[in-house]
Amino acid sequence: MNITLRIWRQQNHDDQGRMVSYGVDDISPDMSFLEMLDVLNEQLTLTGDDPVAFDHDCREGICGMCSLMINGLAHGPEALTATCQLHMRHFADGDVIDIEPWRSNAFPVIKDLIVDRSALDRIVQAGGYISAPTGSAPDANTTSVARKDADRAFDGAACISCGACVAACPNGSASLFLGAKITHLGSLPQGQPERDSRAVSMTAQHDAEGFGGCTQIGECTAVCPAGIPLDMISQLNHDVLSGLTQPGGQ
Amino acid sequence: MTVKTTAGRYGRALRSSVVLHAVMAVGGLIMALYLVAHMYGNLKIFSGQAAFDGYSSYLRTIGEPLLPYSGALWILRVVLLVSVGAHIYAAFVLWHRARAATGGKGGWRYQTTRNRRGVQRSYASFTMRWGGIVILLFVIYHLLHLTANVIAPGGASESPYERMINGFSIWWVVLSYVIALIALGFHLRHGVWSAFASLGANTSVVRRRRLNQLAYAVTIVIIGGFLIPPVSILMGWVR
Amino acid sequence: MNDLYTLGEPLVDLKDPGGPIEDRWDKRRFEAKLVSPANRRRLSVIVIGTGLAGGSAAATLGEAGYHVKSFCYQDSPRRAHSIAAQGGINAAKDYRNDGDSIRRLFYDTIKGGDYRSRESNVYRLAQVSESIIDQAVAQGVPFAREYGGLLDTRSFGGVQVSRTFYARGQTGQQLLLGAYQALERQVQAGTVDLHTRHEMLDLIVIDGRARGVVIRDMITGEIETHLADAVVLASGGYGNAFYLSTNAMGCNATAIWRAHRKGALFANPCFTQIHPTCIPVSGTHQSKLTLMSESLRNDGRIWVPAKAGDDRDPREIPETERDYFLERMYPAFGNLVPRDVASRAAKNQCDAGHGVGPTGLGVYLDFVDAIGRLGRSVIESKYGNLFDMYRKITAEDPYQVPMRIYPAIHYTMGGLWVDYDLQSSIPGLFVIGEANFSDHGANRLGASALMQGLADGYFILPNTINDYLAANPLSPGIDTSHPEAVKAATAVRDRIEKLLAINGGRSVDSFHRELGSILWEHCGMERNAEGLEHAIGLIRGLKEQFWSNVRVTGHDEELNQALERAGRVADFFELAELMCIDALNRAESCGGHFRSESQTDEGEALRRDGEYAYVAAWEFTGLGTPPRLHKENLEFEYVELQQRSYK
Ligand SMILES: Cc1cc2nc3c(=O)[nH]c(=O)nc-3n(C[C@H](O)[C@H](O)[C@H](O)COP(=O)(O)OP(=O)(O)OC[C@H]3O[C@@H](n4cnc5c(N)ncnc54)[C@H](O)[C@@H]3O)c2cc1C
Ligand code: HEM
Ligand code: SF4
Ligand code: FES
Repeated sequence: MNITLRIWRQQNHDDQGRMVSYGVDDISPDMSFLEMLDVLNEQLTLTGDDPVAFDHDCREGICGMCSLMINGLAHGPEALTATCQLHMRHFADGDVIDIEPWRSNAFPVIKDLIVDRSALDRIVQAGGYISAPTGSAPDANTTSVARKDADRAFDGAACISCGACVAACPNGSASLFLGAKITHLGSLPQGQPERDSRAVSMTAQHDAEGFGGCTQIGECTAVCPAGIPLDMISQLNHDVLSGLTQPGGQ
Repeated sequence: MTVKTTAGRYGRALRSSVVLHAVMAVGGLIMALYLVAHMYGNLKIFSGQAAFDGYSSYLRTIGEPLLPYSGALWILRVVLLVSVGAHIYAAFVLWHRARAATGGKGGWRYQTTRNRRGVQRSYASFTMRWGGIVILLFVIYHLLHLTANVIAPGGASESPYERMINGFSIWWVVLSYVIALIALGFHLRHGVWSAFASLGANTSVVRRRRLNQLAYAVTIVIIGGFLIPPVSILMGWVR
Repeated sequence: MNDLYTLGEPLVDLKDPGGPIEDRWDKRRFEAKLVSPANRRRLSVIVIGTGLAGGSAAATLGEAGYHVKSFCYQDSPRRAHSIAAQGGINAAKDYRNDGDSIRRLFYDTIKGGDYRSRESNVYRLAQVSESIIDQAVAQGVPFAREYGGLLDTRSFGGVQVSRTFYARGQTGQQLLLGAYQALERQVQAGTVDLHTRHEMLDLIVIDGRARGVVIRDMITGEIETHLADAVVLASGGYGNAFYLSTNAMGCNATAIWRAHRKGALFANPCFTQIHPTCIPVSGTHQSKLTLMSESLRNDGRIWVPAKAGDDRDPREIPETERDYFLERMYPAFGNLVPRDVASRAAKNQCDAGHGVGPTGLGVYLDFVDAIGRLGRSVIESKYGNLFDMYRKITAEDPYQVPMRIYPAIHYTMGGLWVDYDLQSSIPGLFVIGEANFSDHGANRLGASALMQGLADGYFILPNTINDYLAANPLSPGIDTSHPEAVKAATAVRDRIEKLLAINGGRSVDSFHRELGSILWEHCGMERNAEGLEHAIGLIRGLKEQFWSNVRVTGHDEELNQALERAGRVADFFELAELMCIDALNRAESCGGHFRSESQTDEGEALRRDGEYAYVAAWEFTGLGTPPRLHKENLEFEYVELQQRSYK
């Protein structure tokens, strides 16, 4: 199939940036979306143009590196699918596809379609862990964990930290990302001692990074490749409020 | 950019969007409760002028002699006023933050014009802010009309009952009221569910569905209840 | 010997503590010098890589109080390729009471590696394995659990005990998040400086010791030099030399290859693992291959049409016209034979014209019988996510139509040579995780790489590195203006300039693709002397072309992905040649290395212990001069060498 692409090109952070159109021909429906971009880049390289910069690594939907806004949808039209798992068979011959980077003030554009998502790491630094220095752990079966708690923890831990939730959110909030981590650690017995302080600290950092608040619209869950449910944001709200109202919370 | 000290984090978290949403949720729910009571009062219109006006003055005697005349009403008014103030304050701070987070463009920050409505957002959920302003303007107008009676379409009166009858006998007064109620309906439809979620009550996919059903129910009861008196007056069923 | 390589001195100083095997690790830890907590702050360690090995090491060294500088090429440490591991992690916990023990895990690993790994190291790995699970659980890794709340395990990779802990099909992700979170905790505590989107391009060796690295800031293009008391490489495997592999697009050999060029020996480069259950290539556009967990072979049956070239819909091919070749050839193990055996059998079927799918490079993995026997819902609960993944990629429904699978490059057992302390042949340079060669011999067992990465990072390196740091701090006064540091940085800049200046007519990717197909063809599942010699010629020719005709667009001082790839591919060329030389030298079949000249009458791998029971550690002698082979003889005191048989 032949496809027209309109892609956001921006040389570097300080550049203004603009949409530029390109045509790619003979695209096989079995190609992944990123392989289609590889074709474009090969073409650009041979004509001496600067290839389009985009983030990707594992190309199997787990590392969270890929991050494209495709026709206004974070990770494109398929539910529960990261950009790298999207295939061209979901598009038709002659389609015009708009490709843009994630947009959020907390995610400055570095180049073309690549943005800086280190804000998400800083949120984790603020408390997204259980303090368990190496060597200090008791035998793994000392504490049993109810299966439903382990499952709930896993559901939260499945977040791939791609930032699609932020890109899709009309408020530019990272609450789904944050809620996922709070739920992961807060659902396990090992995570209880730091549960309140974790929620408080991570939330403080989330806001300091300039992410917006959550108005429960749920657009994030519609684009999340990992299927993180909206109730994890409510879990976050719950834990923050209880963290702030605990005596000695400070 | 990293918030380092524990106290710093605690303070930052106190001012966080999560807390502002909780404030907004509590304020909103108080207002919604008030609306239920208000609606119940309005329905007294069907018991005749004496009952309706009597109810109005009864409100002022609640709690006597523990409270002075009008005391409970004033307490109620203060609580309401604080709720409204806090709700609106939080709404604007959060609006500002959302704009700052998205380069001032919210859901419209992409070049493409496709899928601007997103995938699953409801109309109610993304009209909360402008809808809220519509409601605010209406509330002011409404107070000037029926409480202060400064604006008096159809004629001023000492009797609350007469004010209602006078006002709602005019079609465009009813129409403006209906429009405001529709705006309120949308606001409540998303607001009630969202308030519970903001307070941490949305604990599962099933609970999410239940809370949304609750929001629909509350909305229908409140809006329906409010619509009955003016429509009845306009149709001449109450005079 | 030919003119491809020369023979050097055998390796003897392995720092093996000796004595009874159970006590060696204790002995080594006791004999190692310690650094007092107060002094640790003044000692710095550079850790390249934030995968399971690097992430866990950096976090643990930070907790100990060292000043750690951590680097990765992705935008977040959590995206290291360890994140993609699916199946699970082994540990000799014996929670099942099924006869497992440290001794058995040790034995299985040595045997699985086809007797080409070191007993002492492997025993230690088995000993440490238990603590890994404890550590991960304490960090909040949500392993699968039984209804009673205790940890669940499954059996994996053809062993007879159930010792594999798992977190759905995302074990690597969950373990990595544990290490990542521990790492971020240390970043917050100020002990670890994290540098993401930073790529190591060279090692700095001062007075014979590894003292620093040259790094390119991948956003600004700035070349930085960082010095430290010791350097740890945890940069993962080199499977991407084949272009198509299950590795992430960015996986590279640059860190280890540059260290090799600075004097670190490279061990067993030809030991690469091919995984039988990957989704076949769909066309020339293909950029990577996707693995599907080996566990599929527990219920799926592998077959090809008995008649070559039969291209009917698989559902229309009657039982009698199908060849369940693994069941036929290996009645005892059937579809569960080890990875190397299953892979080669599939390749042979395809070579004989029985392959299926549009390219003819695929065999069926059929679940019809299993669905009939267990019901669709059971299959769905066991493999649902894998079936979904398959459907996403191929648009075929594996509940209805048999899956198509084909082998792909998956893991590299070879890597930088290290001693018992995980120290390379350059003092002060430690190598951990997939980047070293240490524990898996000629073939890795399923679920053992995660175990090894975390054993190295959490428990082994943080103990052994003390001994070095205590005695060999960086001399005061040495800073980034040291001539060796300046020289290394200049060399890096020159190379970048050279790449940018070629401005030829072919893209980096097209060279990489071609290199990959040469390797796959001649140094893949089956190798022979003639093919390898041919491949070496082809690689050399292609390398020359690369350096005269590659086009790297853009410039140096910006984010430049073409430049990043060019540097990596340039190193793959050099490594690929060494892989072929190593494969040529090892004229025996063992593990993942199958030499067609060395097989039994039945076509099975034939090991030649008398000649090849050694680790081949290669020394770099300069570009264009033949590498030098140092042998480390392998002695087996606790395990008896046997020929593997799965009949
Ligand atoms: C698809 C797949 C499934 C697997 N499943 C299993 C399984 O079920 N069980 C199992 O035991 N094993 C499995 N493995 C193997 C296992 O995942 C890997 O061997 C292991 O995770 C490697 O970890 P590592 O820390 O050594 O390297 P990696 O996780 O690859 O990390 C490498 C790190 O080095 C950094 N790096 C690399 N080069 C540079 C450079 N030049 N400069 C700066 N930084 C650099 C990267 O940024 C990254 O942080 C699987 C592998 C694959 C590919
Ligand atoms: C000036 C008028 C008002 C403005 C500007 C306003 C604005 C908003 C905004 C922006 C929200 C956030 C949306 C969200 O969180 O999902 C909200 C929520 C809400 N509003 Fe209003 N509103 C107004 C009046 C009212 C009134 C009169 C009520 C009475 C019923 C009300 C009830 C609610 C409730 C219950 C919520 C949910 C709170 C939450 O999300 O946590 N609001 N409002
Ligand atoms: S919550 Fe979902 S969308 Fe958001 S970062 Fe995690 S995986 Fe991505
Ligand atoms: S490239 Fe790893 S998730 Fe898409």
